[in-house]
Amino acid sequence: MAGGSSSSTASTPSLVDSLFQRSLDDLIKSLRSQLAGTEPVLLSRALAEIRREIRSSDPDTKAIALQKLTYLSSLYGLDASWAAFHALELLPSSSLLHKRLAYLAASLSFHPSTTDVIPLSTHQLRKDLSPSSPPHFSSLALHLLSLSASPDLARHLAPDLLPLLSPRSSPPSPLRPKAAAVALRALSLCPDVVPLLFKPLVDCLSSPDPRVVSAAVGAFAELASSGDPSPYLHLAPEFYRVLADSRSNWILIKLLKIFARLAPLEPRLAARLVDPLCDLLRRSSAQSLVFECVRTVFSGLPDHDRAVRLAVDKVREFLASADDPNLRYLGLRALSMLGPPHSWAVEESREAVTRSLADPDPNIRREALRLIMGMVFDSNVFEISILLVNYALKSDPIFANDILDAVLTTCGRNVYELIVDFDWYVSLLGEMARNPHCTRGEEIERQLVDIGLRVRDARPELVRVARDLLIDPALLGNPFLCRILSAAAWVSGEYVEFSRKPLELVEALLQPRTSLLPPLVRAVYIQAVFKVIVFCFNTYIDQLEISQLSSLGNSTTGGASSVIESKSAAAASCIADGITGIESNDGIATGDKPASLFSSMENKDPFTYESLTKMLILIETAVDLLAENDEVEVQERARNVLGLIHMLREVPTWKTEEQGFIKDNRIGEIVNLLQSMFSEELGPVSVNAQKRVPVPEGLVLEENLANLAWTLAEDDTAPSMSISFSLRSHQHGETKDDAVSSVQSTSLLAEHRKRHGLYYLPAEKDETESNDYPRANDPLLPASQGDASEDLVRLTDQSMIPRKVKHSKPRPVVIKLDEGDAVLTSPLTAVKESKDDLLSGAIHDVLLGKEGKPSSSQKRYLDKSSQRRVKDVSDNGESISLSKENLDLGDKEHRSSGSRRSKHRSHGKERHRSPQKNEEKEEKNHRNSTRSSHHHERHKHRQRGEALLNVAPQAPVIQDFLL
Amino acid sequence: MILTRGPKLCNFVEWKGLKAVYRRYASLYFCMCIDADDNELEILEIIHHFVEILDRYFGSVCELDLIFNFHKAYYILDEILIAGELQESSKKTVARLIAAQDSLVETAKEQASSISNMIAQATK
Repeated sequence: MAGGSSSSTASTPSLVDSLFQRSLDDLIKSLRSQLAGTEPVLLSRALAEIRREIRSSDPDTKAIALQKLTYLSSLYGLDASWAAFHALELLPSSSLLHKRLAYLAASLSFHPSTTDVIPLSTHQLRKDLSPSSPPHFSSLALHLLSLSASPDLARHLAPDLLPLLSPRSSPPSPLRPKAAAVALRALSLCPDVVPLLFKPLVDCLSSPDPRVVSAAVGAFAELASSGDPSPYLHLAPEFYRVLADSRSNWILIKLLKIFARLAPLEPRLAARLVDPLCDLLRRSSAQSLVFECVRTVFSGLPDHDRAVRLAVDKVREFLASADDPNLRYLGLRALSMLGPPHSWAVEESREAVTRSLADPDPNIRREALRLIMGMVFDSNVFEISILLVNYALKSDPIFANDILDAVLTTCGRNVYELIVDFDWYVSLLGEMARNPHCTRGEEIERQLVDIGLRVRDARPELVRVARDLLIDPALLGNPFLCRILSAAAWVSGEYVEFSRKPLELVEALLQPRTSLLPPLVRAVYIQAVFKVIVFCFNTYIDQLEISQLSSLGNSTTGGASSVIESKSAAAASCIADGITGIESNDGIATGDKPASLFSSMENKDPFTYESLTKMLILIETAVDLLAENDEVEVQERARNVLGLIHMLREVPTWKTEEQGFIKDNRIGEIVNLLQSMFSEELGPVSVNAQKRVPVPEGLVLEENLANLAWTLAEDDTAPSMSISFSLRSHQHGETKDDAVSSVQSTSLLAEHRKRHGLYYLPAEKDETESNDYPRANDPLLPASQGDASEDLVRLTDQSMIPRKVKHSKPRPVVIKLDEGDAVLTSPLTAVKESKDDLLSGAIHDVLLGKEGKPSSSQKRYLDKSSQRRVKDVSDNGESISLSKENLDLGDKEHRSSGSRRSKHRSHGKERHRSPQKNEEKEEKNHRNSTRSSHHHERHKHRQRGEALLNVAPQAPVIQDFLL
Repeated sequence: MILTRGPKLCNFVEWKGLKAVYRRYASLYFCMCIDADDNELEILEIIHHFVEILDRYFGSVCELDLIFNFHKAYYILDEILIAGELQESSKKTVARLIAAQDSLVETAKEQASSISNMIAQATK
């Protein structure tokens, strides 16, 4: 604080200070008439003044200082917590003027967890709460308690609330409603006081004063909605009576809140509620009450069609109200409360909901969107998504992105569980990317790549969409789209075999405007070009071989096979993969991928020598410029491409005659080698994959890394092999390096890779991965990871989810991992509930003590709550011991064993209850016990016998009052 | 967040899992923050109730009234709401309570000023 230093040195305020003190009005006027920019100065000066004045011994001066501080803190947000003690000093003042100011300052500046002087106020509060002090004072004290009570304060002052709550004090305290509200605060802050306050609070429900009833109902509404509502089920008859009697909308709304929580617990209560609710829905003119009814019906009695029907009609009226945006908003909110079983309601008001998408209010639009997305099923995802994506084109940028977000999350939820037709979805992704407002590039990028990895059948369409995106020069300038383009480039490189015109693709990837892209995306582009070259050459060679085989093969089968054998020998290192193009193309193997490759090749223009040369020239001119690029990723990939081109040129024979391929197999070898590198399938990786990798023996992960520098210096000359790369692909990398290093221009690069191989993943495609994409699954893991990789492969192979196929087109396989991850969420909710347990457990106890007679329902509760009590003891030993003292005798019995109750004690309990209730209960018990095998002459004995023996769950007694 | 919203929009804003319900009267905004399952329309009515009482107390309330008498606005609010619950739904009762307190305060003030006058004179 600016004024802090000056005030600490100031002497005690003199009489002069108090005589010439600025009043609050003066302060406000001076602040309001200030010149711009002088506010901080004025504020700090005023604060210094206040600090001096507040220490005055004159209560007037102190009070005004406190008032000024309160003003500054509430309007200018200045910290007033330092003055808590001074507010406390003023509390005992006998003048209402001072007291009021002191209490106001205290309630605004006290914070239960940070203000350490709160315990000092206990005595004063108790004094002000006592019935002998004027009601104004008590009222102030209640307000302070309601706003800033700490649990300790609540515990100490709870007994002082009793006289105020009690109906027996004559005349009844005018503060009873306030006391009821404060009792609620005390209960929720400190469950220990439940035995003390709960019963008076229940009594308030039967008060003739509607204010008291209102306060009590409000308190119960709060209690029931903040925790476990089951303990309040006992009070349902009381609530129901109030519901029938009361005409006040304020009370009714609160009551409905309670019933909304209770109805799901007890079907018969729900049945009883239908009539009054429908009545209210029809009759009431207060929209707030109608809305509360609707909410109660939707959340509490969704199974009662009559009520739901009526409520839905009301909601439609809300939605149709043209002049009140509040009602439209709330109508949408209400609809979204209805679960999937009632999707018909949304269907019926579909038009209104869709219209709300165009509402001028963004909140209403968002609500409508949320509602629509909540109603998406696999049957309608198609229409809704198209509708929304088209709508996003017309709406403002923020909302357009909200829509895209919603569609992306909904469709991508749980590994695309809603999507059946992936071709459609992939093209939808393309459309979304073309939305001019689209800023959701990252998510679209992720999904494009993800679908590529997971859904094999979607790949041809994916490549088509990617091509459309890549070929459009207009998209390149949009910084939000570059992530999508990067995904498109990767997809079309990785799955180039589905591309119709690879040459066109190369042109798109190398168009001049790619210079607008960020370097990492350019690197992906160049890598894609690399893959395209390899693919084109591979296909070209295959064509030649096929034609040759068909000419030769007829004459001597042995010749053909020898050719194949020689090929196999040449490409020995990659045969094991089983998916390289050549071996399977001769028709022996009929794998999935080669088959599609074969067919796609047929309807494509076969590559010719001319077209390939043209492509090489095109690539060379474009990539040459990048070989000196500043960005190392771009540079390296550009050089890789150039190296490959040079290598291909080195081989002279392929230019001269086509038959040369067979004679000089070098080019075939090179291309095969490269092709085999890229043809290995990439799959998604389980989130837990890394965890499953066992830590190798002797590896200490936590060891100090300081000596790593030394190790690096040692090994600098040779690339470290110790990292667990895929051995196979590493070999590829090596052989490739050898081949490439023969070419002069790439030798530098090869050396670079050798020196720094540690930092790269070995195979080219993995390199691409490590840039932008989620790490792909390498199925060929080293033996050390045996278990994990086997697991992965198995999952990848088998995890097609069985689902009902009702569409004309079967849903393609979506590879899915980590099925068990969802389980993680359950402990969280458990933790959350245990907090409420304390309060509701305490209330259970009190209710049990109160309804001292054993009945089947209570027995049920007893079992439950005794379990809970065990938990309580471990959780909060102190609270138990405290409440033990406070609990009356009946409850102690429950505590001891729950069955050993003696007659006279039950008698003692019954005195407190209304005689009418008593009778009914006894009657019921009588009926029950005659059925039981034990016949006792006296009621009490019967009850006891029943409590012990009647184990079969019966209807709770309470509900029988209702029925 | 609220000030940017135009006049024809709804009075509810979602905020950090809670809801802000606001209502505008000329240049005055009244805003309450409520739980997700509270009744928005009821809150609007409470705000209106509060404003009507303020209006009655100050005689067509305006910004300056509230600025210079911020504590009184707090006292009135205290009479209407306690622990977040509506406490007094009768305007007359609130007015009567506030008037009674004010008169008590006035007498206390007079006493105080007479005492301080006496002291001042005595010290002369």
